[in-house]
Amino acid sequence: MSVSTEAAAHGHDEHAAHPEYMRHQFDDMDQQNDAASLGMWLFLLTEVMFFGGFFLGYSIYRSEYYESFVIGSQNLDVFLGGLNTVALITSSVTMAFAVRAAQLGKKNHVLIFLVLTLVLGLVFMVNKYIEYSHKLHDGLIPGYNFLWTGLGDGQTIQLFYGFYFCMTGTHGLHVLIGLVLIVWLLIRVWQDKFTTEYYAPIENFGLYWHFVDLVWIFLFPLLYLIGGLAV
Amino acid sequence: MSTIAQQGAAEHRMPRDHFLNAAYTIKSWLLTMDHKRVGLLYLISITFFFLIGGTFASLIRLELATPEADLMEADQYNVAFSMHGIVMIFFFLIPSIPAVFGNFIMPLMIGAKDVAFPKLNLMSWYLFIFGGTFGVLTTLLGGVDTGWTFYTPFSSTYSNSNVILAGMAAFIAGFSSILTGLNFMVTIHKMRAPGITWFKMPLFVWGMYATSLIMVLGTPVIAITLALMMVERGLHIGIFDPALGGDPVLFQHLFWFYSHPAVYIMILPGMGVISEVIAAFSRKRIFGYEFIAMSSVSIAVLGFFVWGHHLFVSGQSIYAGMVFSFITMLVAVPSAIKVFNWMATIYRGSVSYDAPMLYALGFIGLFSVGGLTGVFLAIMGLDIHMHDTYFVVAHFHYVMVGGAVTAFMAALHFWWPKISGRMYPEGWSRLAAFLIFAGFNLTFFPQFIVGYLGMPRRYHVYPEEWQLLNIMSSAGATILAAAFIVPAIYLAWSLKNGKISGPNPWRATGLEWILSSPPPEHNFPTTPIVEEEPYDYGEVIDNPVHEEEHEKEREHA
Repeated sequence: MSVSTEAAAHGHDEHAAHPEYMRHQFDDMDQQNDAASLGMWLFLLTEVMFFGGFFLGYSIYRSEYYESFVIGSQNLDVFLGGLNTVALITSSVTMAFAVRAAQLGKKNHVLIFLVLTLVLGLVFMVNKYIEYSHKLHDGLIPGYNFLWTGLGDGQTIQLFYGFYFCMTGTHGLHVLIGLVLIVWLLIRVWQDKFTTEYYAPIENFGLYWHFVDLVWIFLFPLLYLIGGLAV
Repeated sequence: MSTIAQQGAAEHRMPRDHFLNAAYTIKSWLLTMDHKRVGLLYLISITFFFLIGGTFASLIRLELATPEADLMEADQYNVAFSMHGIVMIFFFLIPSIPAVFGNFIMPLMIGAKDVAFPKLNLMSWYLFIFGGTFGVLTTLLGGVDTGWTFYTPFSSTYSNSNVILAGMAAFIAGFSSILTGLNFMVTIHKMRAPGITWFKMPLFVWGMYATSLIMVLGTPVIAITLALMMVERGLHIGIFDPALGGDPVLFQHLFWFYSHPAVYIMILPGMGVISEVIAAFSRKRIFGYEFIAMSSVSIAVLGFFVWGHHLFVSGQSIYAGMVFSFITMLVAVPSAIKVFNWMATIYRGSVSYDAPMLYALGFIGLFSVGGLTGVFLAIMGLDIHMHDTYFVVAHFHYVMVGGAVTAFMAALHFWWPKISGRMYPEGWSRLAAFLIFAGFNLTFFPQFIVGYLGMPRRYHVYPEEWQLLNIMSSAGATILAAAFIVPAIYLAWSLKNGKISGPNPWRATGLEWILSSPPPEHNFPTTPIVEEEPYDYGEVIDNPVHEEEHEKEREHA
């Protein structure tokens, strides 16, 4: 095995020149940024596979118990769901602006847009909390206090609510984790940890946030709008 | 090459500084960012779980020594085989080669300073230990009795054992596996040293890449499946329980969508190891490099389209069954490509029979038996007869123990000098390899016969006429258990007393062998630039004089 070590002579100088944010295992910032970005895309791929299990189960039972799913769906609050859709889509826009601002090194803009994203995310969580409390109050929590008194088959309507809570709950958990990460990013931005060369955490968090947004864009029509809008 | 030959002739010394003596504190291990130390953390942890899983296996074989229920009642027996499966699959086989040697060796092979995300790598180990804690807790609280497959509605409704604890154990360990796969994929994509193009990577790295692909794409599905099962058990929602409106076959589809590819998580890294070992001990360029590399990837891809062969008798549509049957048989093609290429590599090679090579040869034979009996089971008509019999048990043990564990032993013996800097005793290591091979065959070959005769799996009693075959199996298991203790002793012994190996005791190619043994804390002071092909073992020379020199040199080294 012949391996050239010609770079050995200036190896140490190179090391000294490395900025603090560059990890020791990488040769240069391009490599580090590419690795981080690929890592995030792969992580999102695992998320797609994870949510895929929900969507598969949902599709099967929606086609099997369509009427129950319509009844369950018409009982959800389309207004709050719609409001949440608007909140998340808007937060995706503010997040994209935050990434752009980071790219340009405009610290204040990054802070403003991250705070806006945080606020919109909080709006989503508060709405979700209101929706969940109503369901708790109405006795629609599967396995806890589920009691269906209206028309239709209570058992399979409970199955719809099972999917509703599992899917929106897992999604909500993702939003919550996102909010925590935004706070962490805000602190790091405040401390001037990022530069125009190193803002990969903001960019990759943006990817995550868009993904979470995208999941909701699927969840909203699939859960709230079965059988058309209830008037 | 001449420099390497000279190294072989000289007396070796331990390097002054290496990753093992860089720091001695507990903290330096538990908070390490060094992929080599993380690999060793995994080695210690999976050895522990192998012991637990092995203990349950011993209990099973002890009970089955007689046709009656003498040692265990049915319920206890259910716990024994379930815990054996869960521990061995989720806590030994799946992490075994990837987490230990993938972590330790793969970054060295591609000339990287570390994996792409060292912190994440350490976190994977902690997740593994966290999941393992749930596993141990399950065991201590009386175990779980659903089988490792957690089939619903038994698991979600009727079982009275610790299903949620065991489910959590597998769920959490799954995330460790996902993050390891992700880390490896990014590492292989982005961290290769200049000159190591995709088709110049050692085949072990290809094996790790294919494995990681399955870990990343498959494991999230088992996570969601187990989560839904646990939700159903906790809240009685009715996703899988037909009494509540659910469909138990949906669980089986989701479960096997991961768990069949998971079998390839266990075997693909092993195949990578065998490719390394066969080339090194035949002293020949590997035959059909591109075919072996691509067959790993195609096994990984095909693996995602064969899950339905576990559902031939579960009420799956017969047309779906036919498609699954056909695709399952297709998996035999890339597997056979590998076996033939290994054979062609050995052919007219300058073969030496050190322990790693003995394991590799054992692997080829045992994996072939396991693989070919898999084709039997892929045939729908035959599967109705064989389904849930000991034939199936024998088949997958030939693949998982005969294949994956044998490959793990090959890897352990091949890279032990690299890891520890010392050699193990040659005679003992060869003896252990023989004992494992013999014990293994005596354990599992009779199970093919008794399964073909109709003995169902997962029962603690059986008709008397099958006792002879079962006793053979239990006797084999005893030999196997004893044979696994031998390497544990001599490897531990070698840590202090073994001959110092020097950087490259096998005179193998590959970047990991140019480093000192044990490797330094920081792998490569500067990124190496590789110009050679992998497996550049030069021409095999048939000259007997050369062979003699070769022998002398080996003895000397």
